[in-house]
Amino acid sequence: MLKTEQMVLNMGPQHPSTHGVLRLELELDGEVINSVTPHIGYLHRCFEKHCEAMTYPQIIPYVDRMDYLAAMYNEFGFALAVERLMDIKVPERVEYIRVIMGELQRIASHLVAVGTYGLDIGAFTPFLYCFRDREKILTLFEMTCGARLLYNYIWIGGLSHDIHPDFIRYTKEFIDYFKPNLKELNDLLTYNKIFIDRTANVGILPLETAINYGVTGPNLRASGLRWDLRLDDPYSIYDKFEFDIPVGQGWHGTIGDCWDRYYIRILEMEESLKILEQAIAQIPEGDISSAIPKRVKPPEGQIYTRVENPRGELGYFIISKGQLQPHRVKVRAPSFVSLSVLNELCKGHLVADVVAILGSIDIVLGEIDR
Amino acid sequence: MKSAQDIFEILKEKFPEEVISITTGKPKEDIIDIHPLSINKISFFLRDSEVLLFDNLILLSGVDNADGKKKTLPDGSFEYENNTLSVFYHVESTSLKHKITLRVTVPVDKPEVESVSEIWMCADWHEREAFDMIGINFLNHPNLIRILMPYDWEYGYPLRKDYKNPEFYAGMKVS
Amino acid sequence: MIYEFLYNLIGSHIVASFISAVFPLAFLVPFALFAVYLERKVSGHMQDRLGPMRVGWHGWLQTVADIIKLVQKEDITASATDKKLFNFAPVLVFAGSYAAFAAIPFTSIYIGSNIDLGILYIVAVSSFVVAGILMAGWASNNKYSLLGAMRSAAQIVSYEIPTVLVILSIIVISGTLNLMTLSEQQSSSFYNWMIFGGAVAGWKKFVLIPFVMIGFLVIYISSLAEVNRTPFDIPEAESELVSGYHTEYSGMKFAMFFLAEYANMFAVSAVVVALFLGGYQSPFGYLGNTTGLTWLIPVEQFFWFAAKGIFFVFVQMWLRWTLPRLRVDQLMVVCWKYLIPISFANLVIIALIMVL
Repeated sequence: MLKTEQMVLNMGPQHPSTHGVLRLELELDGEVINSVTPHIGYLHRCFEKHCEAMTYPQIIPYVDRMDYLAAMYNEFGFALAVERLMDIKVPERVEYIRVIMGELQRIASHLVAVGTYGLDIGAFTPFLYCFRDREKILTLFEMTCGARLLYNYIWIGGLSHDIHPDFIRYTKEFIDYFKPNLKELNDLLTYNKIFIDRTANVGILPLETAINYGVTGPNLRASGLRWDLRLDDPYSIYDKFEFDIPVGQGWHGTIGDCWDRYYIRILEMEESLKILEQAIAQIPEGDISSAIPKRVKPPEGQIYTRVENPRGELGYFIISKGQLQPHRVKVRAPSFVSLSVLNELCKGHLVADVVAILGSIDIVLGEIDR
Repeated sequence: MKSAQDIFEILKEKFPEEVISITTGKPKEDIIDIHPLSINKISFFLRDSEVLLFDNLILLSGVDNADGKKKTLPDGSFEYENNTLSVFYHVESTSLKHKITLRVTVPVDKPEVESVSEIWMCADWHEREAFDMIGINFLNHPNLIRILMPYDWEYGYPLRKDYKNPEFYAGMKVS
Repeated sequence: MIYEFLYNLIGSHIVASFISAVFPLAFLVPFALFAVYLERKVSGHMQDRLGPMRVGWHGWLQTVADIIKLVQKEDITASATDKKLFNFAPVLVFAGSYAAFAAIPFTSIYIGSNIDLGILYIVAVSSFVVAGILMAGWASNNKYSLLGAMRSAAQIVSYEIPTVLVILSIIVISGTLNLMTLSEQQSSSFYNWMIFGGAVAGWKKFVLIPFVMIGFLVIYISSLAEVNRTPFDIPEAESELVSGYHTEYSGMKFAMFFLAEYANMFAVSAVVVALFLGGYQSPFGYLGNTTGLTWLIPVEQFFWFAAKGIFFVFVQMWLRWTLPRLRVDQLMVVCWKYLIPISFANLVIIALIMVL
């Protein structure tokens, strides 16, 4: 008897465009998708179990390695959490440098997201342009702390090194260099008709579903809600800077489709440039290591702190029992939550759209699996 | 925008037996304790009532409290007896901008908590992770299987304080 | 003509035709080596980097090194494949591309086979490629390869239709199917090239120009789809299907697919050049005429033909590294809803103009 069956296709752990080791099990009806099941855990490195055996300053290098494309922000969040638990007030120069590093990291992370998204859709050249610009940012980081990807720079109570005397000048040069390059990237990829046809009206995430699933960051802003932790739950000195929050408006399709999520990231890079300009104009002098405690021994209690990672809301839940080691550290990774929405987004689309949707929600397997 | 004490009053008024107590004064969060088998009912009220409107579950984490009697075994390792496991819920409201921390506590020999995954879809994967790492059984969860460890890992729950690594897994030596 | 020259020299039809058939191969193999190097350099410079630089001066020996590597690789055959089809598929794909060169005039004294059905033969025989691709996809026993092969077959078959419609409109203007005669009609200067209206007398020439230009664009886009290049490279979409229908091939068989792809690229560029841009004719006179060395003319013509063909291959590479790729259903929409009506309307209008 002739009958039609569902085909199960495996986009396996090794695949050019699942961003990391992720296994997607697709149930297909011809080329139309019935369901997508992500299987994770290939990069699980037992981060939370390690934390229970190490002292608080020793955890900082481990924290970098979770979201390896935005390492400064991971350290920022953890240091902020422990400082709030211990009521440490850091000097103002330290705050300014942390914000500068954070925003540079945000631009670098969005460049990777945008470049690899173009690569998945088939445009090979914008990927190299994005990485060429990211090289300049990594050179700035290397000038500061010696490392390009995983820094161990933001310590509890301060920083590990002060910035280089020429750092401000080089950052200004980078800002002037990057603005026309962003325009070139827009002309090449963002407004390209083929790119818009591949991404507009694909993978629409309605606002109700997004809030119910706990999606945050650019994905939530693209669905129409104006929610940014730098303004809604302020931390550090972000209230001293003036910047916009881009919200998705369905410019080329419906609100919350892949093009909106992509375009929000481009607009966020422009906003980060504004914050950088203001920060390097206002940075005061000071001593960066004056508030670093000799021994980090928080009082008994617990705290949940969150920061605005380039991918969403990164949260640290630390329970301490008054010892040198924490009792429990739980990390709320934004990509973990974003990946769980994939099944809802992909229903009814074609196989080629899975790649487009997966690229637009911008996941990093390091923080999903921890 | 309400404080933790106000929210506790509202909940205690509506659900007098299920809401147990509020712990304040310890840094840095105020925690409301809730009975494990009625977290479902209370979550519906939290999400749907107009004064509270908690529509976003930020985090759901399992914790091994390690507050039981510590027994040292002959080979040097130890295990806990009669300790408790907890689940912490951090919820917030995107429209009214308040947030609250809830806690349920269960004994280790019968770790059963009602699942809240039909209320906040975010809880689906977070509860799977709590089950995988701490061993808490969530009742009425649609698909409670391991998520980070391999699907056939039968050697216990890794984030418990008395967890021991096995010698071999599927023929490979675990170092 | 070279064929008569060889026949008079050797005396046997079979040997003469065999030697005559090897000439395109002698052009193709160095061309493929050059085209791979050109692609890597073009892509490198467009992406703000340098491309191969170490092997030879500025890396020109890189392809030679790659061929040596491919030749000595192990030929991996999976155990569950259909051996006969698996081994035969690359041969068929290359044969389809190579057979098209029989009717393409390289210079005024050389054409592989001077049949009157020239262009029709080319379109017909390049459909062997579809059969070869389907064989490769099926015999690999791999879901990804099968998906890629099906998509490729659908794409190539659909895009032959606008190609044939535009070819028909050119034939309406010129009146012959033989590419040699077509190239002779476009002689003496670029004013007579088909893309500028062809060697048609009077006011008709200028009225024809916009429609012939539209036809040129349509056939160029369809030829991109025939050779599976971006933006139509769904069958070998690297980031989705990990190389599509030639995933399971390694070593020399993979080299055959590669060679066939570049041969096909040159073949479709050569057809477009012969139809629209005067084939092997030079845009302005010949050095051989001005200096009186008449034996120089065929050499110059070959040079012009190769230059125009390579220019269009370069444009194909340029488009590949700039544009993203279309999805399968969008590809079909472009063909059936846009290109076919446009080329059909084009054909009708050109025929009307010629009749009036």
